[in-house]
Amino acid sequence: MTRFSFGRVGAMCLRHFYVLRTSWPRLVEMAYWPTMQMIIWGFFSTFLYQNSTWLAGAFGVLLAAVMLWDVLFRGQLGFSLSFLEELWARNLANLYCSPLTPSEHVVSLFTMALIRALIGVVPAMLLAIPFYHFSIFGLGLPLGAFFFCLILMGCSMGMIVTAMILRFGLAAENLAWFIVFLLAPVSAVYYPVSILPGWLQVVAHLLPSSYVFEGMRAQMFDHVFRWDLFLGSLGLNLVYLLIGLGIYLWSFSRARQLGLLLQVGE
Amino acid sequence: MNFSSPYVDLPHRLTLRQNLMVFAKLYGLTDAKARIAELAKALGLEALLDRRVGSLSAGQKTRGALAKALINRPELLLLDEPTASLDPDTADWVRHYLERYQQETGCAILLASHNMGEVERLANRVLMLRQGKLVDSGSPEDLLFRYSRQNLEEVFLDIARDRRAAGEVAPSGSDRGGSNRGGSNRAEERA
Repeated sequence: MTRFSFGRVGAMCLRHFYVLRTSWPRLVEMAYWPTMQMIIWGFFSTFLYQNSTWLAGAFGVLLAAVMLWDVLFRGQLGFSLSFLEELWARNLANLYCSPLTPSEHVVSLFTMALIRALIGVVPAMLLAIPFYHFSIFGLGLPLGAFFFCLILMGCSMGMIVTAMILRFGLAAENLAWFIVFLLAPVSAVYYPVSILPGWLQVVAHLLPSSYVFEGMRAQMFDHVFRWDLFLGSLGLNLVYLLIGLGIYLWSFSRARQLGLLLQVGE
Repeated sequence: MNFSSPYVDLPHRLTLRQNLMVFAKLYGLTDAKARIAELAKALGLEALLDRRVGSLSAGQKTRGALAKALINRPELLLLDEPTASLDPDTADWVRHYLERYQQETGCAILLASHNMGEVERLANRVLMLRQGKLVDSGSPEDLLFRYSRQNLEEVFLDIARDRRAAGEVAPSGSDRGGSNRGGSNRAEERA
């Protein structure tokens, strides 16, 4: 059995670094949507701040929500797109003829998801400071906890998306773009879970993201870090990570048996 | 072990040097830069190293893919149609290089090819496959003798069209039942 190698993880990250380094349109695309979202929600927040007692309690709550939502979206997308790059390049057979193991590949995709999410949302976070005098960094250490939980969830979803692409080919690639929005209404991004109908609240409580956004609001309105919400999110994330990894490894094994690693591509 | 196929590309957006560096690290080479320089010289790729793979011609891509396949000094080299869609000059160069490389390193080469001239030139042992099943095997000389043919192209056609010279010895382990019209044949060799 091949031992896990961080050298091979580094080699895979280097491959993506080479692509990003020479492709400014990709870098711009990564930061473009989060920045535009931040600008729109910033104006909306400014308007509501003057007309809503709820928002008057914490001006940046919607801005923080939209930025953290983008962490989840960009994390999932970064994981899936880094995998799709190999399919588009028809490079999977080359990679898996090398000693690279599926676990090392997953860790490299996780790393790239983190890097891509940072490239995407940090410019928007920084621009919000001069634009709206709101700094999400004012959340302090809890921001790191929220970020971590959302990246984990994004990677779990990324593993499930890539497993489906491995199984069904590039016909399933659009999942990478829209699957996360299926969870947006029940993630309680902009409103509390309690606003949802009872049965949807049950669904919301099964999602790590809803705990993060509830925790973010508690932090901003009440200045309290809710450990119960953080641990709830973390626990669910670990469950989904294991499920995602299991599905990915099963799908990879099936694809290898069926010879799909040589066939998937444009 | 390493592998090359014209149906599996190196990432087009990376330069040849970047591709080779990534694969050198994947194979755990400690002398990556020196090995890339060595292969570039041997395969005539020095002027192409800093060009994106997507901008290379078919022949240049094949040589680049060969450099990737040799980056870890493999003891077993798997080649799928190594000269497919190459002009005769480049194809001959690749075959010559493979012959020389095998003699120098003693590595085993398993290649899949429909080019019977190539198989006859490179192979010590040929496995004839039809629809994924082994239908005959032997050295090129054995096959030519048994089928009473002048070259492996004719042997290939005999097998593909299920026709054989009268009085010929039945090939060992043959599976010749049923219709084989439209069947796909493939010759493989291990040197």
